[in-house]
Parts: sequence; structure tokens; C-alpha cells
Amino acid sequence: MRAWFFSENAYHLLADASEYESIRVQLPNRYYDPKLGADLYHRFIDEWLIAEELGLEIMVNEHHQTATNLNPSAAVVMGALGRVTRKARLLILGNPIANRREPVRVAEEMAMVDVYSHGRLECGFVRGVPYELSAGNHRPTHMMERFWEAHDLIVKAWTSHDGPFNWEGKFFHHRQVNIWPRPYQEPHPPIWITALSPASAREVGAKGYVVACFLTGWDGTQAVFGAYRARRAELNLPEAALDRFAYAALVYTGETDEEGYAGARKLLWYIESNKVPPQYTSPPGYHPISSAVTAMKGSASAGIFRLFKNPAPLDEYMERGLVFAGNPDSVYRQIKKMYDHVGGFGHLLIMGQAGFLDHDETVKGMQVFAREVYPRLGELERDS
Amino acid sequence: MKLDDSRSARTMAAHTPELDWMTVDDVRLEVIERGQGRPILWLHGEEGLDPTAFFLAQLSARGRVLAPSHPGFGHSPNAESIDTVDDLSYLYLDLMAARDLREVVLLGSSLGGWVAAEMAVKCADRLAALVLVGPLGIKVGDRETRDIPDIFALHPDEVRRLQYRDPAAFGVDTTALSDDQLTVIARNREATAQYAWEPYFHNPKLRRRLRRISVPTLILWGGEDRFVTADYYGAAYRAAIPGARLRTIESAGHFPHLERPDALVEAVDQFLGECRV
Repeated sequence: MRAWFFSENAYHLLADASEYESIRVQLPNRYYDPKLGADLYHRFIDEWLIAEELGLEIMVNEHHQTATNLNPSAAVVMGALGRVTRKARLLILGNPIANRREPVRVAEEMAMVDVYSHGRLECGFVRGVPYELSAGNHRPTHMMERFWEAHDLIVKAWTSHDGPFNWEGKFFHHRQVNIWPRPYQEPHPPIWITALSPASAREVGAKGYVVACFLTGWDGTQAVFGAYRARRAELNLPEAALDRFAYAALVYTGETDEEGYAGARKLLWYIESNKVPPQYTSPPGYHPISSAVTAMKGSASAGIFRLFKNPAPLDEYMERGLVFAGNPDSVYRQIKKMYDHVGGFGHLLIMGQAGFLDHDETVKGMQVFAREVYPRLGELERDS
Repeated sequence: MKLDDSRSARTMAAHTPELDWMTVDDVRLEVIERGQGRPILWLHGEEGLDPTAFFLAQLSARGRVLAPSHPGFGHSPNAESIDTVDDLSYLYLDLMAARDLREVVLLGSSLGGWVAAEMAVKCADRLAALVLVGPLGIKVGDRETRDIPDIFALHPDEVRRLQYRDPAAFGVDTTALSDDQLTVIARNREATAQYAWEPYFHNPKLRRRLRRISVPTLILWGGEDRFVTADYYGAAYRAAIPGARLRTIESAGHFPHLERPDALVEAVDQFLGECRV
């Protein structure tokens, strides 16, 4: 099992949430102090470097117009990390390619990071959260169609080496695609795709990419991984190896349970601070019609979007498998329980910094995990 | 009979008329078809098509009303070939040709008014008159002026406050509606996003093209429309269409056919009389 250290690079130094309507899309950037922001950027890069020293891999993502994440370009920060790291695999999860107007530019950026890092890039593609649509003025309808066309164009740009090709699709038009540089890895960097529902996992399974679940808990994760495996069986494709499955959770390992819980409570800032009004959580066309109907009937919306609206105490998240926290034994047992429940997975994406978890606390959580928990995760695969 | 309150108007029309279906080429449309006489084509806007709407009953006393749900709205299926307002304008030009409709009175509200205007700039051969009710579709201000409030970035309550003179009367208790009714609401919102997301509720070319409209044109505007105002947007529309008249309907917001159906139909009657069509 590979463990990846992931940080959203939030700007947490905000006024009380009662003073603003939304932390995303419309929060004025006068609340952001670039001088403090510069220090935070360097701190977060230092934390990724410490993760590498501890033997962990590195994961970066991107979001737009939000204080919850100050990486509007994953390629930029990964470009810096590609230069200053030496051995860690570098995962971007991911590029929101249904929202990028120029997929060829994404192909270029990713090829560049791959070459910079001598082939250490793992390239994720994500649909993007609903809040990104107003932020980037992206039409919320037909997003997955746009996503797959962008994917097809990027993969073709990465793998075409004999001069320009033509692309006149439904969403993207180019007559001369011929990227320089081409990727370092052959035929291209490994592709990861986030899936929060079984329906979206099927296509990922058919293509054999790494499927990543983000805070989907026991049953949500089991359903997504199950749909991936079932689709491969339907198509008579070989059974997927464990390294095709990734699970992202909030993780904090302390010397004691108490220390672990205290760290995890600070990580919950990520969920608790996600104050977003309904027009941004449910842009028409983003969720299926049936989900919109369910929401109008007053039932809860799906998955993590429900969490953001209704934060719960730590123990509830732990019971549901969204947070792994406590002393090393406790964290190991929680990961093992999830692993056994979902049929195994080969990547643990550790969201190990959020909100007011300071540098020393963040590093301590990583150190205890790397020293006491990580070595034991190999047992899981040997036992299964 | 005078009705000045939309709630009583709704009650009066409580007998839900049957919806019919029609096909234009390969596009299936849910449609209300009612009344006899001269063809009246009604194109709904973001609000969708309410078969119980009082103004449709009143219009059908004056001719043969044809009121389709655009693809993606109501129960009309999504159509692979139709995903822009331009597509809708050709669809309804084709519909008029397929039915060989002549001397049509074409009416459209908001998004539907945009569709109607796009039709009229392309070909007015089958039209006798054009009635645009709070039409969208043109860019009036400069690039930093948001002519039309961003309904996708406003709280739903605020959108309702902007669009209705009496928002409380048009508040919907979604927990009291059937799954079918909720599905229609969700589909209407989604289809609106598909047709109007970008450029936002307009075609940058349309304003200049409006000069091509050669049929008598009436622009109706709710006097208390807080969403898009008659003084600003309505005036720009009128100035762009040769000979167009702009009239306001008092005590109505952006959807006067819902808030003042009687006044809307009266204004249409008067206009058709004035231009003898």
C-alpha cells in the first residue's frame, strides 16, 4: 500500500463564518493577506518535502475562488515540487478537465511536470465540485460528456509523436495538435479518476485507470469499487490489481488516542468551514434530475455535499470511515476495517493538514503515521 | 370576467387540460393545443409551461393556441440535435412550416421571447405579429454591466423576489408536490442552464439583427419587473426593432402572463386591433 500526503493549502485565517455568506465563489479576496499567504505556501511546500523524507508520496489538488484551497493551478505548485523533490511520486488529483477550456494546455502542463520530475507524475482527472461552475462560468450540463472528450484529446496529445493531428469534436476544436514536450513516461503518466458514485466508476473500470474515492465512507466506497470491479467482469477484462483503488480520508495519528483525536478535530475544519449557499452546491445539471427531486423533497443530498451542510462530531465521521484517527494501533485497525470492507485498496490518500492544525502538529501526525502505521499496511496486502 | 390575482386565476383553471404530443422532424414535444381559428404560438420561458395557466385559456378563446415545451423542459425529452436557442428558433420555424401555419401570432416570454426574436430575424414569412413578453436575448450594457441578474449565483428566494411582484404567491412548497411535478421543476432549471448559461441569456449578434424584424411587434413588460427593467432592457429592445411598441403591465413582475393574465391578454387584443391583424 502506498500512502500519499495531501493538503488543500487552505487559507484559514478568516473572520467568523457568521460574517460571510459563502467561503467559496464570492468571498471577497480582501480577506486574503498575500504576505501571510506567501508564508503559508512555503510552509505547505515544506510539509510536502517532509512527507517525502518520511517515505510518503505527494498529492496536490486544485480549486478555484475559495479560501478552502489556495491552489487554483495544481500544475504550478507541482512544477515547484517537481524541481525540489527527488523520489516521491507526484499525484495531481486532479485536473478538472470538464472545466478547462483548453485540454491541450492541460496535456502540455502535465507533460512538462512529468519531464521536470523525471517521470514521477501521476495524473488525475476530476469532474470538479459544483462550486467551481459559477467560479469559472462553466456550463453544468453535459459535463461528463465534456470530461471524456477532454480526456480523449489529452491522451491523444500525449501519445501522438508524428506531427500534428486534427480534433473537431463537440466541445473542443484544434487543427494542429503537436505538444512539446511529450511526457517522460511511456506511453503517458498513469491516469487516476475520482468517482463518488457507482455510475461514474464503471467507465473508469472499463479503462483500467486508478479510481479514487474521496470521503465516501464504508458503503459509498464499497459501491464505487464494486461497480469498477463489476464493469471489468462484464467486459471480460482481467481482475483489477489493488493499485487501481484509492481511498481518501482525513487521517491524524498521535502517540495516544487523545492526541490523535485532537489532531483529527482540527482537520474537521475542512468540513465545518464549508459554508456554501444552495445556488453553488446544486447548480442545475450538475446532479442528476433524480437527486434534485430528492433534495426538493427535503431529503439529504448525496455524499460529501451533505456533510458540508451538516457537520457532525468526530466520532460520527470515524464510525462512517471518513476519518482515521487515534494512536497507531487505532489508526491501523480503522484502515484495516475499511480495507476489508471494500475489497482492498492500494493507495491511502491522507488529508493530513487543514485549518488550524499547525506545522508542528501536521508534521507530528505524519511522523507517527510513517513510523508506526505505514510499515504495517504492507500486512494488509499480504493477508488478502 | 376580470381576474386580477394569479391565485384565483389558477383556481379558476383548476381543471388540468390534457397535454398532447407532436413531432417536428425527429424531435418530440409535449404540447398544449387548444381553441380554433388563427394560429397563436406561445413559447414559454424559464418558468416552463403550466397547462393550467389562465392566460392560455384566454388566448385559446382568440385562436388556435399551440404551446410546446422546449426540448428538456416539462416532459419534452432532451433532443440530441437541440441544445441552443438558435436550434430552438429553427425548430419552431420548422414546426410552422410542417403545419403550414400562416398569419401566426407569435408570443414568447423571457427565454421564449428570445427564441421568438431569433425566429423573427431569420424568417417572418409565416408571422402576422410578434409579441415579446419581457424578452431576454440581447446585450445592452458594456462588458462589466451584468444586464441580467445571475440566477445561478443568487439564492433561489432572491431570484423569486426579483422575478415576481408578489413572490409569496409564487413560492412553491416542494414537499407538497408530486415526483412528477418536482421532476418538471428540476428539468426546467437544467434546460434553462443548457440554453442560457453562456453567453448568459443572450446572443451577442441579436441586437443588431433585430432591425430585420418586419412584422408588427409589441413588447410587453411588467411594470414592477425587478429582474430586467422596461426602462433599460425593454427600451433597448424597442429601439432595435423598427416600429416596435413597448407597453408596461402594471402590478406585474417579470412574468406578467402569470401575475396579470387578464391585462396581458387585453394588451394583446388591443395591439392586434391596432395593427389590424
